[in-house]
Amino acid sequence: MRKSTDISPLARKPRKTGRRSPLASIALILIGLVATGGAYALFSTTASASTTAANQQLLTEGSKLFQANCATCHGMNLEGTQQAPSLLGVGAASVQFQVSTGRMPAAASGPQEEEKPSQFTDQQTLALAEFVGSKAVGPGIPSKQYLGGTGNAAKGAELFRINCAMCHNVAGAGGALTEGKYAPSLSGVSALHAYEAMITGPQNMPVFNDANITPSQKADIITYLKYLDKNPSPGGLDLGNLGPVSEGLFLWIFGLGAIVGVTIWLTAKAN
Amino acid sequence: MTTTTSETRGGAVVPERKSVTQTTANWIDERTSISGLVRELGRKIFPDHWSFMLGEVALYSFIVILLTGTFLTFFFQASMAEVTYDGSYLPLKGIDMSAAMSSTLHLSFDIRGGLLMRQIHHWAALLFVASIGLHMLRIFFTGAFRKPRELNWVIGFVLFILALAEGFTGYSLPDDLLSGNGLRIIDGLVKGIPVIGTFTSYLLFGGEFPGTAIVGRLYTLHILLLPAILVAALGVHLLLLVINKHTQFAGPGKTNDNVVGVPIMPVFAAKAGGFFFIVFGVIVLMATFFTINPVWLYGPYDPSPISAGTQPDWYIGFADGALRLVPSGLGFQIGDFTFALNVFLPIVVLGLFIVLVAIYPFIESWVTGDKREHHIADRPRNAPTRTAIGAAGVVFYAVLWAAASSDLIATHFSLTVEGVILTLQILLIVGPIIAYLVTKRLCIGLQKKDREIALHGYESGRIVRLPGGEYIEVHEQLTDYERWRLVSFEDYKPLMLRPNAKGQISPLERARSVLSGWFFEDRITPVTTHELEQQHHAGHGALEGDSGTEIESGHH
Repeated sequence: MRKSTDISPLARKPRKTGRRSPLASIALILIGLVATGGAYALFSTTASASTTAANQQLLTEGSKLFQANCATCHGMNLEGTQQAPSLLGVGAASVQFQVSTGRMPAAASGPQEEEKPSQFTDQQTLALAEFVGSKAVGPGIPSKQYLGGTGNAAKGAELFRINCAMCHNVAGAGGALTEGKYAPSLSGVSALHAYEAMITGPQNMPVFNDANITPSQKADIITYLKYLDKNPSPGGLDLGNLGPVSEGLFLWIFGLGAIVGVTIWLTAKAN
Repeated sequence: MTTTTSETRGGAVVPERKSVTQTTANWIDERTSISGLVRELGRKIFPDHWSFMLGEVALYSFIVILLTGTFLTFFFQASMAEVTYDGSYLPLKGIDMSAAMSSTLHLSFDIRGGLLMRQIHHWAALLFVASIGLHMLRIFFTGAFRKPRELNWVIGFVLFILALAEGFTGYSLPDDLLSGNGLRIIDGLVKGIPVIGTFTSYLLFGGEFPGTAIVGRLYTLHILLLPAILVAALGVHLLLLVINKHTQFAGPGKTNDNVVGVPIMPVFAAKAGGFFFIVFGVIVLMATFFTINPVWLYGPYDPSPISAGTQPDWYIGFADGALRLVPSGLGFQIGDFTFALNVFLPIVVLGLFIVLVAIYPFIESWVTGDKREHHIADRPRNAPTRTAIGAAGVVFYAVLWAAASSDLIATHFSLTVEGVILTLQILLIVGPIIAYLVTKRLCIGLQKKDREIALHGYESGRIVRLPGGEYIEVHEQLTDYERWRLVSFEDYKPLMLRPNAKGQISPLERARSVLSGWFFEDRITPVTTHELEQQHHAGHGALEGDSGTEIESGHH
């Protein structure tokens, strides 16, 4: 273990210096312990090398939050229980997606967990995510460079039609799945959540890993979704983008309704 | 403005006078003999009832379709040649697509007013079919398809089918993802026809689906053949409308031998002209404010992707619904031949359904044995069995139609798709039966109520104490005008089973007698003059007692 290799040079150093005060050994032990602890923290966290005391604090907070809010179903060591799956290897991205969209902690068991207001602050969510991410390797929180909506919207739209539209509908209006499950509407979904959903495959969604859709292609898809959010339909109100069903309903109720109203008015007898 | 004119069947004579207009008219008439036409048309009488204007809505939306469609042909390219889109819609820039799709986008985003025209065309098409549907329901439920109008019903039905075909071919032209998926379903339906299916599909698409020919072929059908037949059939439809004249609802002075209403010139023509612009205006308003068929979202057709919530336009929905409701896995294989019954069965059932709709006038007149001319429209309640059959048909159609949106029903009402499908499958069978029974009882109940009101008048709520101490409620009698509407309908009896000249009863006659019995066994007889007089002699219906309603049973 790295711990032991670190300790030995530090521990041997004082012996070479001959004279020392009686307090020196205590001070040296103290220094040794701090260094050991620091090194342990340095090498045992995630791939990101920027390990600091703040990060350690985050993990501690995450651990506490996890025990208080998640462990009942997901197990004290993330191993999962009868009610919920193991969280080992789901990655920080998955936790951040599920918790910040309010899907977790779950309110009730049903065909799928619904989006609702998040119970945690961004900081708490990050703590939970880092904590779960620190336990096993999984998709990490995506880099900001893919989330700016600066990709190619046309390529993104094509990828979206091929990979996403069969569940989420071409306009991202959502759609039905089996047994009461559904693909939610994508309008107003943040770039971060869209990216995280693609790499972690929450609930019924498949995972689109980086070999399947590269990060820059994901950025293209996000660009298209942002384009849809920012630009209203060129044809007027979009009737929910549900296609011919809402168009037909609108025509029968309002179009034909208005016209029948007119026919009644035209043939009404003057009183 | 309501100059009510009575027109006798056979036409009236226009008196001749001399004036400038008259001289001009004469000049034209001497060269075209148009006066005969004007005499016939100009004095055509239109009875005033809102439901009689639904056909006009269809006519006017068709005119709107013709006008906007012509505009669209100026810019649309019916070609499946592959091009790279380079127009102003950003999320499709640089994407390869057919010329049809590219020109549709060009038309929508780079031609001034193009998108509005496209949307007017599409909304008008939806309104066209919807108003035809409502018009047909009006004709059906008032019995206006009876002799001498059976042929016009059939022509109207042909117009309806042509409208569906026009709609579907038009929907497929932009070669977008949604319409391409729709075409793929049609391709599947065609291939599901035993033996000839695959060959027919190859013939239609010029090879394996999708090929490079279908858009051009559909375009020819959409702008040439189908509209030509449609306009011709429409001409015959209107000609027969003039020849047969309008039906009318029963009322004082309105008999089976006249038509009471407004003549076409000048009042009705002005009204109808105004109505055209109102219909046009409603369509333009919808097209201005509401997106229809956003092909830019669907993207170019590509056989691999599909979108959730893919549906045809509303009028093809019933066919889509039938495919969704048919139990999967039906079918069998003989040697190398697969019989895909889960595709073929809906075709057969829907085919039977629309054929029944087309020939209903002939079925009814055969069953009832009624060969008389009918120019008075029935109130639906006065033909309970027909109304009940109609209601059953409407429910059958409505369930199929609803099934086409099973996925959206599931997401929007938090249900499971499987649950929605199962419910609709059951409803498809049970719904029409329930609708038939309930409607028939409702009609008979309403007839009873009418009969009671005709005989006894309305309850006035005024209680009077007679000298003997007895309390009675005074009933308010109807005026003769009001009563007319309630009592003037025809009485039918089940056909008697009679042997023919050879003294035999054929099985067909027997079946007819049974059907006739079913049609008329439960009925309310109209109030007779005799009954009315009796009621008046009995003290103006002041006494209620056992009312004069009786239900006759046909099982003698």
